[in-house]
Amino acid sequence: MSGRRRFWRDRHGRIRPGLEDPERDLLRMLPDQARELVDHDDPAAKRLFPVAYLDDEAAQADYRDMMGTSLLEHHQHALDTLVATVDAPTIDADELQAWLGAVEVLRLLLGTQLDVSEDFTEIDPADPRADQFTVYQYLSMLQNEIVDTLAAALPRNGASP
Amino acid sequence: MTGPGTEVQPVEVDAPEGGEDVRLDRPWLVIVWNDPINLMSYVTYVFQKLFGYSRDKANKLMLDVHHKGRAVVSSGPRERAELDVFRLHEHGLWATMEHSS
Repeated sequence: MSGRRRFWRDRHGRIRPGLEDPERDLLRMLPDQARELVDHDDPAAKRLFPVAYLDDEAAQADYRDMMGTSLLEHHQHALDTLVATVDAPTIDADELQAWLGAVEVLRLLLGTQLDVSEDFTEIDPADPRADQFTVYQYLSMLQNEIVDTLAAALPRNGASP
Repeated sequence: MTGPGTEVQPVEVDAPEGGEDVRLDRPWLVIVWNDPINLMSYVTYVFQKLFGYSRDKANKLMLDVHHKGRAVVSSGPRERAELDVFRLHEHGLWATMEHSS
């Protein structure tokens, strides 16, 4: 599954995703599962809302009050954009950026549920969660390809943000 | 594998007598912590995109996070640091902020 390049830029700068049907089915289905986790305050969803202040509860509470909704909307927008454009023949760079954000959300949730370790590489076929690990690995591969595509358009020597 | 926790140094918050605004002069540090999920290529890309860092600088910061467990990725006044933390959170990175000592 990893030997084939999936994203091509056409001469107008638009991006042509070359996904197989099962990949698109997966990417259409996973955002719904992600929303379920977030809506039901699943413990894994906490990973989407990190703590900004480690030693200052009041400042952290203010940060969450001020930024929490925006953060949730950012993640939801990414998931919505992925579902809305997963069948499109071409997408623009902003949409691919949203795909990247959506895949990030999916990896964070799944990786947290699976409690993955940094050196995870091999899937144990006897593990009852082997299918989920396979999905996680697929998302990692897909994210790397999206990063390669987007990073190619960044100035190598940096730029003012 | 490594998250926020035991390595954190206590932050000095008491201002010297008669100079209660001294700590305003010290910048806030934005720190990214190592985590087991985020991919190295992704973290480098996020540093390039958010901060306009060169690929080399972004890659070096990513390796610092990976090997040392944390790295300071930006610093500045509180509002600016908080915005940077928020943008890093939008991108799923484990970012915190603390007052430099």
